[in-house]
Amino acid sequence: MNKLLLDYILHLADNAFIYGHRLSEWCGHGPALEVDMAITNISLDNIGAARSFYQYAAAVEGDGKTEDSYPYFRDVRAFRNVLLCELPKGNFADTIARSFYFDAYQFHFYTALQKSKDTQLAAIATKSLKEVTYHLRFSSEWVVRLGDGTDESKQKMQQAINTFWEYTGEMFAPSAVENEMIAAGIAPDIAALRSDWEKTMADTLQEATLAYPLQLDGGWFQQGGKTGVHTEYMGFILAEVQYMQKSYPGCDW
Amino acid sequence: MNAAEWPLWEIFVRSKAGLDHKHVGSLHAADAQMAIEMARDVYTRRQEGISIWAVESINIHASNPDDAASFFDPMNDKVYRHPTFYDLPDELKHM
Repeated sequence: MNKLLLDYILHLADNAFIYGHRLSEWCGHGPALEVDMAITNISLDNIGAARSFYQYAAAVEGDGKTEDSYPYFRDVRAFRNVLLCELPKGNFADTIARSFYFDAYQFHFYTALQKSKDTQLAAIATKSLKEVTYHLRFSSEWVVRLGDGTDESKQKMQQAINTFWEYTGEMFAPSAVENEMIAAGIAPDIAALRSDWEKTMADTLQEATLAYPLQLDGGWFQQGGKTGVHTEYMGFILAEVQYMQKSYPGCDW
Repeated sequence: MNAAEWPLWEIFVRSKAGLDHKHVGSLHAADAQMAIEMARDVYTRRQEGISIWAVESINIHASNPDDAASFFDPMNDKVYRHPTFYDLPDELKHM
């Protein structure tokens, strides 16, 4: 069993799963009915992609594992998602800023992953890209509407853009596992995706009349998620996600 | 404008096999682009269609139900207005 490949697949799965979970927290709390449905649809898209990755992980690991083995039966240190995904949903501007940063990454990432030597990952990427194209459209348009909106919406959107900036670096800093996968032609060279991502950033922030957060950049960024060193929020997420399995072990529908 | 002031839009969706857009419901949106995108999220999530029309509700003008007697009832005894009295040859299909 290819341990490196498994770890890499779980990184992709956990990204989508934890991000989808954070978006699901808006269910019933959206600022308008239509926006509530949009965000929960996006949440489901991500959870669907997570399922595809978890199913593949189970096939790679074997040993009786299923797609449920990973989200419901691992503890914090085993998760491989980037920190950006696990941060709290905050207010609507916070959610939009985090979504914008991550959706743009997923867009460029899946575009590149389509060329993976691993045909299963390439197939998942091709399907997910159509969904992520819409996710990026949704979040970037809200960045523009809020940024180029009222004084209040601009202030909140700028604050949100600034707050999450220090978590974006991790998306482009390959872990040891990723370096192996890149060398094997399975993973895209994520450091090389950065310039495309920054262009998407700059174009949207300019249209939104928001200040580019680069002045906050001292080169330092938050990281650790890819090696299981998570924020304090992760424990609370898993407590909620895994509550049923822990209360009624082995329960199913 | 804030969400409480968003105008109402009527949404029409054409299905993959259909020829006409059918009215499926309404939603509130700030402008036409948002209305179409929200319609995509609200009214096409079960693969209901491949084309969306959004019309601001104030631009829909409807007949008055109270006029039904003079508007529509007179049609029910004018059978000569229906094209059903021609003998079509069997060779003609799709008439």
